[in-house]
Amino acid sequence: MPLDNVVFWVFAPISVGSALAMLFQRNAVHAALFLIINFFTIAVFFLVLGAPFLFAVQIIVYAGAIMVLFLFVIMLLGVDGNESLIDRLKGQRPVAILLGTGLVLELFFAIRAGIGFSATAPADFDAAVNKGGNAAALSRVLFRQYFFPFEATSVLLIVAAIAVIVLASRQRRAITRAEQAAEERSARTPRTEPA
Amino acid sequence: MRTPIAYFLIVSAMLFSIGTVGVLVRKNALIIFMSVELQLNAVNLALVAFSRMHDSLNGQVLAFFSMVVAAAEVVVGLAIIVNVFRRRQSTSVDDAAVLRG
Repeated sequence: MPLDNVVFWVFAPISVGSALAMLFQRNAVHAALFLIINFFTIAVFFLVLGAPFLFAVQIIVYAGAIMVLFLFVIMLLGVDGNESLIDRLKGQRPVAILLGTGLVLELFFAIRAGIGFSATAPADFDAAVNKGGNAAALSRVLFRQYFFPFEATSVLLIVAAIAVIVLASRQRRAITRAEQAAEERSARTPRTEPA
Repeated sequence: MRTPIAYFLIVSAMLFSIGTVGVLVRKNALIIFMSVELQLNAVNLALVAFSRMHDSLNGQVLAFFSMVVAAAEVVVGLAIIVNVFRRRQSTSVDDAAVLRG
């Protein structure tokens, strides 16, 4: 059995299992931890698929930065595990699970029809595409073919940073129109003090 | 590489569907957001698998871009959730059923 097969069959059950565990976990912190496990398994898949740079980025950005942010917010808000089991929409849960399994089956048949279950990737990926290392090859593509989108993402990041500063700053709450009307009403009719 | 590419795509499809069910079923806004992240990651996995199959790096570049966009999206989304929590003292999406503050 070749090595990448072993890696796949070890990590695929962990990946799907941790995702399912996240889905069924009541506690938000535990769900976040299961999601971190899932991100690590996806990083391993990236490594097997010949993308070591994305493997590193996945661990640094997703498992590191994004999930730390998630855990920070969960602990900041102090969310407890009580999630109401009452559906606002009647039968939302069964229908959602039905649709989810339907989606899996649909994608399964789409993959079978599209590329089939026996098509393997060409063996010379590292020699042909990852010439001089994955990071170097990726940067050649990124900075030659995709230079403008790359610059656009830097604008996106700056806009996101400004948006978060605006959202997070505790500005004084704007008075809504209803509150203003109520204030005027109370000003017009002076309180009648009992004599 | 001997593992068929379709296997990675099936794992990706399963993760995406689990994320979809999570978005539909869960009530906690934070866990819904985590399920969205799971969906994004599933699609990234499919992109890298296709990139491997077609012997090109375009899929990997696209996965890289989607990671950058996901990072920006997470930051803004979490700030919105914190703001909603400040207003309503709850992260349940059922409590935020009306748009007006």
